[in-house]
Formats: sequence, C-alpha cells, structure tokens
Amino acid sequence: MSSATLIEIAEQARDWLHENWDPELDLVVWRNLLADSGWGVPDWPREWFGKELSTAESSVVEQEFVALDVVGVAKTGIRMLAAATLLEHGTDEQKGQFLRGILTGEESWCQLFSEPGSGSDLAGAITRADKDGDCWVVNGQKVWTTSAHHADWGLLLARTDWDEPKHRGLTYFVINMHQPGVRVLPLRQMNHHASFNEVFMTDAHVETAHQVGALGAGWQVALTTLAHERRRADGLRPLAVAADAKARRKGRIYEQEQHETESVMEPYKWYPQRAGRVDLALPRAIETGKITDPVVVQELAKLIILARSSQWTAKRARAGLAAGRKQGPEGSLGKLAASNVAKLAARVHTLIAGADAMLEGTDSPRQGVISEILMSTPAVSIAGGTDEIQRNIIAERVLGMPKESRSDTGPFRDVKRN
Amino acid sequence: MNTVNDMLFHFTDEQQQFRDSLRRFFKDTSPVTSVRDLMETENACDMEVWRRLSDELGLLGLIIPEQYGGSGFGMMEMGIAMEEMGRALYCGPYFSSAMMAAKAIELMASEEQKTGWLPDIATGKLIAALAVAESSESDLIDSVQTAVSTAGGYHLTGRKKYVVSGCQADLLLVVARQPGTTGLAGLSLFAVSHDAQGLSKRSLSVMDRTRKQAEIELDKTPAVLLGHYGEAGVKLQQVLDLSAIALANEMVGGAEKLLEDILNYTQVRVQFGRTIGSFQAIKHRCADLLLAVELAKSAAYFAAESVGRETENLAVNASIAKAEASETYLLAALETIQLHGGIGFTWENDTHLWFKRAKSSEVLLGDPSWHRKRLIDELVRASGDQV
Repeated sequence: MSSATLIEIAEQARDWLHENWDPELDLVVWRNLLADSGWGVPDWPREWFGKELSTAESSVVEQEFVALDVVGVAKTGIRMLAAATLLEHGTDEQKGQFLRGILTGEESWCQLFSEPGSGSDLAGAITRADKDGDCWVVNGQKVWTTSAHHADWGLLLARTDWDEPKHRGLTYFVINMHQPGVRVLPLRQMNHHASFNEVFMTDAHVETAHQVGALGAGWQVALTTLAHERRRADGLRPLAVAADAKARRKGRIYEQEQHETESVMEPYKWYPQRAGRVDLALPRAIETGKITDPVVVQELAKLIILARSSQWTAKRARAGLAAGRKQGPEGSLGKLAASNVAKLAARVHTLIAGADAMLEGTDSPRQGVISEILMSTPAVSIAGGTDEIQRNIIAERVLGMPKESRSDTGPFRDVKRN
Repeated sequence: MNTVNDMLFHFTDEQQQFRDSLRRFFKDTSPVTSVRDLMETENACDMEVWRRLSDELGLLGLIIPEQYGGSGFGMMEMGIAMEEMGRALYCGPYFSSAMMAAKAIELMASEEQKTGWLPDIATGKLIAALAVAESSESDLIDSVQTAVSTAGGYHLTGRKKYVVSGCQADLLLVVARQPGTTGLAGLSLFAVSHDAQGLSKRSLSVMDRTRKQAEIELDKTPAVLLGHYGEAGVKLQQVLDLSAIALANEMVGGAEKLLEDILNYTQVRVQFGRTIGSFQAIKHRCADLLLAVELAKSAAYFAAESVGRETENLAVNASIAKAEASETYLLAALETIQLHGGIGFTWENDTHLWFKRAKSSEVLLGDPSWHRKRLIDELVRASGDQV
C-alpha cells in the first residue's frame, strides 16, 4: 500500500468526520450515519456498511477517529464475531436483518457453543435441533456464555444429524434469546464475579431462515467465529481512552456511550486483572521495597521481558497482516503468550505481596486488585480455548506436525461422550 | 498510532532479499561439514569465504559509514547478517571485526584513525578485535583493571580474557582504566598491534570451537589512544549494547535452525509404530519452543530496529534482547538434544555444535541474570526520573 493512498484515505475520513461528527447527536442516530457512510467499518464490503479497505487503510481511518475522539460503531461483546461470521456465511436476508443492529448497538449477541460435556472438544456438542415444519426446535444446555443475560440473539451450534461423524452433524443458527424456551442463569466464578451464564433451551424455536450456512456445515461456520475470537484474545488490543481525555469530553453521545460501556462491561471489570496487570508489577516492587530483593528483581525482569516480547510479537503479526497476509492460526501464539504472561505475573505479584497474598478485598494490597489478579489469572489458560488446545493448533497448523489420532470419527451416535 | 510502528517493524522487500541471498550464500559456503573442519583449525576461518564476504556481499563493511569504505547500513541489516550467520554457524571473525571493533572505531576513533582502519576492515584485509573483559564477571566494564602508564606515550599492563577472535586479530582494541576509578569513569580505549612489544596471546581452550577466544597479556605494551583519555565509558557501553543486540540476532538464527531440526527429525523418527512427532507430548514442546523462538526474534528485531530512536532506551532493549535470546537459544539446544534421544548426545550428531554456541553465547557479553538485573535498574531509574 503506497503511503500516498493512505494519506488520501485519512483525508477523506477526516473531511467526512468534520462535516458529520457532532458530540450532541444521539448515539444510535450517529451510528446509523456511520453505517450508511461506510466509515464506521471501512474494512467491510461496500454493500454492507463498509468501504472494502485493507487492514492498513482501515487503521488509518481508525486513527482519524481516535484523533478527533469520535465515537465509533458498537464493538462490545460478541457482536463483532457475529458480524464477521454473518458477513462470511450469512444470507443477504440475514445480513440485512442483523448487521445494522450490530453496528448501532441496538441489538446484542451471545455465543452458544460450549456445553457442560464439550469444552475443548466443541464439535462434540449434544444440544439438538430438530426440524418441525417450518421451524427448528432446540433442546440442550450451553455454558460459559458471556452476555447471555442481555443478549437479543445467540450464535448457536446444534446437532442436526446424529448419524454423521461429529463434525458433519452440526448446523449453525441464530436464535432469538427472548422466548419462553430460553432460560439464562448467571454462573458464579471462583473470583466472586459472574461474567458467564448457563443457557438452558427447552423446546426453543429457531426460524428456518436463521440457519447460517448449509445444513451440517455448522462446524466450518463456527471456525470463522473462533478464528476471530482468538484474534481478539491476543490480549493486546489498544487500551481504552485515557482517563484525563475522558474527563475533557463533553456531549450527549459520550454519556450514552459511557452508559453502554459500563452496563455491558460490568461483569468483565476483572479482565485487566485476569491478564496479570504487568503494569503494576514494577510500581508494586518499588512501593513495597521488594525491589531490593534479588529474586524479585530476576522474576520481575523475566515478566517484563516476556510481556514486551509478546507485544512486539503481536506487532510483527499485525505488520504481517497489514502487508497482506491472511489472519491465520498464529493467533494461537498470541493467546498462549498472553497466558504465559498472566501466569508469570501472578507469580511475581505473589512474590511482591508476600503474606499479603493471603488476603482479599480491601485487606489485600491496592484495594483488592492484587487478590483479584491472583484469583483471576487461572482463567486465562482456559477461556477461549485452553493452552493445550492452542498448542495443538500451533503444532498442527503452524508447524505442520501430524494430527492427533482420533477415536471419534464414526457416526456421532456411537462416539463415547460425557 | 500503532500502524506507523507496526510498519517500521516490518522488514522491507530489500531487507528480505538481503536475507534470502545471505541464506543461500551461507548454505553454500558454510555447510556443517566445513564448520566441523574449520573448528578443528587454529583460526576457524576460511579466508576464501572471508574474501567473498567482502567482495561479493559487502558484509564486512555493512555498518561502516560510506566515507570509510563501508555500506553505511544500520543495525537491522547487521541483525539480519548475524541471524543468518547464526543459523549456519559461520566461523569467521565477523562479529569481532565487522561488528564490535568496527563500531568501536566508528564511535570513538579520530578521523585519521577511522580513515586508516575502517576501509581495511571493510575489505577484510584488517581483522580487529575488542578486548574488554578481564574476569568471569558479567559486568565487563567493572572487570576492567588494565593499567595505563602515560610516561613517554601510552603503555598498557594487564590481562584480557574471552577476547573474541583475539588470536586472529591484527589490531586489538583494548580498554584500560585510570587507577582509582570505577564503572564507566576513567576508561580509555587503545589500539594495540598484534605484534606489539610486551604483548602475548594465547588461544583459550573453548567449548564452542566455532568461535575462537583468546587471553591476552599486556606488559608495558605500547598503545595508541582512541578518542579522549579517560572518557571512553559511555561510548564503550554503547558499543557493548549494540554488540549484544547483534549477538542476540545471531542467537535467534541458531535457535530457529534448531527448531527446524527438531521438526525434521520428529517427523521421520518412528517409535511404537508412529512418528514421534505425532505424540502430543512432543507437539506441545515444539509449540512452546516456537513461541519462545518467536518472542526472542521479536525482542532481537525490535532492539535492532529501535536503535537510534530517541524515545527508546538502548540499554533496556539490548538487555531484553540478550537475556531473551540467551534463554531461548539454550532451551532450543537442550530440546533438540532431548527430542533426538541418545543420538542427540553423540559427537556425530550436529546438535552439539549449536548447543555449544548457545552455551557460549549465553554468557558472552553478560549472562541473562546480569542483563535482567540491569533492565530493572534502568526501569527503576526511568520511573524515578518521571516522579
């Protein structure tokens, strides 16, 4: 990509924003404007709210948004995974029905993949969908469902054929979460928070028009969703707007966005702690005086080295993407790196805290942040695909090593399961 | 904001072509059979290949400024060259002469000295070496005790150890200390000819025979001052940091080569009726090793790429790169031996050659613990500056 083109695109975006951006606009009105103009998701196709720009071009546009502190399209939760999946596999009718609501934030989404009996082995799902006239009837239980308590729509992976091998008997649906057959219960975690839900479906209905992709092709469609999930999970997304910049903001739209973010993000406010809070390690070592302990120094340095190298590796991957390489299984490397960082960070915070590591809540250092780090980091190597699964992916798809031998390739009906 | 840095962090097409041509060159000129032959010789240098490094590739003057006969490239290109040499376990005195000594001369010598030495280093006619360490301490600069007498010209007395390619060098750059000084203070850099009076060299018996080292004794040896007397400290530290970055790049080249060896071997070696690479225990170790190698590469590349950017701390990036590369190269070597099983521990198997380079590089120019301590010292200082 020539830099001349990038500059032109930046100018176009800036001109459009100067003409249209107004912090006093209503949030939904503004996001509809963004959707119609294509500037909200410039990397999307032209016919669907985008401008078909490359990754490099889109990030130039994003910089213009950041520079003017412009509120963008809704990006919270699962919605962007839903969008990516629908863009790749959805019918025009589905895109027409759902994409705009995703961008404006009017409708929210959840992902109904994991089940109590199938975590890493997602394709072993036993939630069933049976055709009944012009509708699908769904029965089963999903778990680890973020956002289910406020989601309007769910991305559902369900078994439609029990005689096919397990990867071929699944179909992908969009399910309406607001119906009597869908019951959502919060799931309390070891760190007190309840960021996830259990979702029980009892004779729940899905319109036939809401089948995504072909019958029995659910696994391929789900892979699209998962690839985008891993890409996000590299833990290295740009940080939110700094607090002082936030304080300077004035306008109705910022208040609306703030409200949206707070309500959506409330169950996930521990996520920074889950990632290990590497940023706190050096200040904590200094404030506690542990910085003079040679063991702390060594472990702290290992942590900082690991964290920075991970960031630089993510940058290299992004540079590769910008240069035109496709998003590949390398995302698994980032996920594994983030997991290693979090685990080492917990170790270092424990070294620094000493006996204080036994305390929680306001008795714990930094008003409980330290205890929250220690209680939350075990999630990193599990959520969004365990470390072990990431290693399989890296070995098989990046290094080209042989696939695991399987004992689940026959008809799903006969496969051993929980 | 990210995009600009991201793009900087990406190798250009020219750099990629440079890497490709070097990979081909070293594959042809430094196959492991030659490495094995050369490492048993006194100088471990094929002079014909050394000449071609200069004549065909312009590698010996890679980072030497153009007005002194070099190509005037930066540390990214040096990193690429070192990485490719590290893969191939190239044996010549490149690191010592074209990197460490050339950089020391560029940063510290007078105009006349630069004109006198750098063009000959660039053609390979002159081989130079930098002699700093005097003890096994990781802090090379603290170890310097070599004394200077200033009566009737400069004369040096002391003993240097671990001088990379010291016996091959025509010109030795020797760091000396004013009595009563410590740390960076009171250091001076001198040039000493290999046949100077009172100088004796001994080739050290080294584990890594592909990179020779020397012990050098100076007894009232006449020397020529580079730069200002007693003021070499800061520049010397810079040379050592840049050298550590170059070394880190060399090390990640070796580490990646070893990972490739593992992948090749585990996919042909059969036990229990299947290739051992099909066992999850092995696959997961390979995945972890790939991650380690990629992280170490990123640290080495970033350190090289960020040299000269004002917002970057050279010491921090050099220490991160060196510590990370040291741990990773050794890990890769140990894993390669382990995953080869018994044959990996034999002399016949090539792995030990890279293992020994890894072990030697791990502690050369400061071991990982020392670099980690230094990293934290630098960060604490920086955080204090902000307060």
